[in-house]
Amino acid sequence: MQLVLERRAESSAAVTIASPLIAIALTLVTMAILFAALGKNPVTALMVYFIEPLTDSYSLVELVVKATPLVMIAVGLSLCYLANAWNIGAEGQFLIGAVCGSWLAVRTQGTDAGAWVLPAMLALGAAGGALYALVPAIAKVRCGASEILTSLMLVYVADLLLDYLVRGPWRDPNGFNFPTTAEFDPVATVPILIEETRLHLGALIALAVVAVASVLLGRTVKGFEIKVVGAAPRAARFAGFDADKLVILTFAISGALAGLAGIIEVAGPVGHLQPSFSPGYGFTAIIVAFLGRLNPVGILIAGLFLALTFIGGEQAQISIKVPLDLTKVFQGILLFYVLACDSLILYRLRIIATRPGAADGIA
Amino acid sequence: MGLLEAIILSVLAASTPLLLAAAGELVAERAGVLNLGLEGLMIMGAACGFAGAHFTGSVIVGALAGIVAGMFMSAIFAGLALGLAVNQVAAGLAQTIFGIGLSGLIGAGFVGERIEPAPHLYLPVLTDLPLVGKIVFGQDGFVYASIALVVGIWWFLYRTRAGLILRAVGENHASAHALGYPVLRIRALAVLFGGACAGLGGAYLPLAYTPFFIPGMTAGRGWIALALVVFGSWLPSRVAAGAYLFGAVTILQLHAQAMSLPIPSQFMSSLPYLATVLVLIAISRRRGLAGSVAPASLGLAFVPDR
Repeated sequence: MQLVLERRAESSAAVTIASPLIAIALTLVTMAILFAALGKNPVTALMVYFIEPLTDSYSLVELVVKATPLVMIAVGLSLCYLANAWNIGAEGQFLIGAVCGSWLAVRTQGTDAGAWVLPAMLALGAAGGALYALVPAIAKVRCGASEILTSLMLVYVADLLLDYLVRGPWRDPNGFNFPTTAEFDPVATVPILIEETRLHLGALIALAVVAVASVLLGRTVKGFEIKVVGAAPRAARFAGFDADKLVILTFAISGALAGLAGIIEVAGPVGHLQPSFSPGYGFTAIIVAFLGRLNPVGILIAGLFLALTFIGGEQAQISIKVPLDLTKVFQGILLFYVLACDSLILYRLRIIATRPGAADGIA
Repeated sequence: MGLLEAIILSVLAASTPLLLAAAGELVAERAGVLNLGLEGLMIMGAACGFAGAHFTGSVIVGALAGIVAGMFMSAIFAGLALGLAVNQVAAGLAQTIFGIGLSGLIGAGFVGERIEPAPHLYLPVLTDLPLVGKIVFGQDGFVYASIALVVGIWWFLYRTRAGLILRAVGENHASAHALGYPVLRIRALAVLFGGACAGLGGAYLPLAYTPFFIPGMTAGRGWIALALVVFGSWLPSRVAAGAYLFGAVTILQLHAQAMSLPIPSQFMSSLPYLATVLVLIAISRRRGLAGSVAPASLGLAFVPDR
């Protein structure tokens, strides 16, 4: 008896839609077992994690607030991954975007600068993120350096740069030595959409990003090129598509989106620049991209779902006293299952009887 | 003890976890599997290693616990990347995220606890020799194990038939399969070996480097170890040289910070990461002329035809 993979003649449409759902279901079962192992009632724990955040309006708004950066970053990453360019340093581009945009907020603090400040900050954030992403992209195209490792290394560098700035030159002089800039002026703050909530303009920007990416991928030649280069590199070469240019382009777009998300997060919900203002959005966005099947609309849904895990994780930490690290465990397990289920779109598992006397070890 | 001796001792200590993890990853990559989850493997090795040593009071049990944790994690990876032919980059990332989270859960109860660090070898007369005594005869077991590991891997890869087959699987899995070699089984064993090494490298941190556990204490060492394999052109001797070079960069920036130069400490702390980026770029650029030296099937999924 042996379990083997067998390539499907054509990928099954039903499995394509079902695979993320199966992955989520399997994750929930695994989580229930994990909760039981931690001595918690699995049903109560799952309710706290996944249902309670959906029952009050504050948490629903938080859901959108947390999904906003995830969706923006993940849409950019999906373009990279479709083109087979592995940008895994989105967290660094997110931080650098926040730093670049904040520079203007800090410089204009207390002056009578007008309404141009916020748009300029957003532009700086996007530009900063794009430039930071171009470092690994150009190193890859020009020198052949692994973009996976270089983009990831730059996350640590960005983190230390942010740390230096808020502890050094940008620290709020009236901030009792806390490592943070002063609160941004109103003109340097992302406007709130609904009074008395934290719902901000970034949510609409994220929706616009999803819409534009859908058009780009579904209706333009560039989008087609991106998909062909990733899926069939040889065919793309024959068609004359320049894979190197697409690496640069997709890295620049994803860096810009991550940087934009970064400055929106700082100028919106956070309100000032501080170390570790990101709970790892840049890394979680990788899971969002895969769970959303590298499709903009799928990413929107997946972003909301992973935002739920952040909120559920915080609530579970308070109400049933489980460690916050459980959220990362949960996210890792989810990605395991998503990838495993995706594999079943391409292949089917078959049990075959081992032939008697068959050569040993033809696995 | 002279300053130079102290620096060499601390460089050896800083290099050992990198060397252990990179040597294991070298074997996995030579078999054609890119396991990007080293960071997750190492931090799990650190958490489980500390837990093992804390409960039993034995560093050896701790080291074994780290090895087992690394193998457990890489078994999951092997199931996905080899059994289900999942994209290896994505599976490795999942392993990293999962490992960081799970190690936080396991280690939460141990934050603030201390253990007795791994003892250093002491041979009368020899260890007391001036200059070289402590460096050659006064290390902890991990340092000797890491050197033995690199030599053993070199011997295995280049002097045994099994090593030759493993390299063949990594260079061209289709040919190796056609010759009747069990590609997936060989790869699975290589991945488990790499996981064991990374787990041991992670366990070194709380068992010998600092005698306590901090969440996230690997601080990117898994990623640097991955870069070291590229830096070392997939050759054991060069990977070892790279590990000691990076250990030296780490220690020098720490010394520079201690001397309170007018350079921000964050800048010094970022040096190992910046050095990794620059070295990757420089070495890939130089190599671009002579063609890639990476195993030809590295990172490619293999599904046997039948």
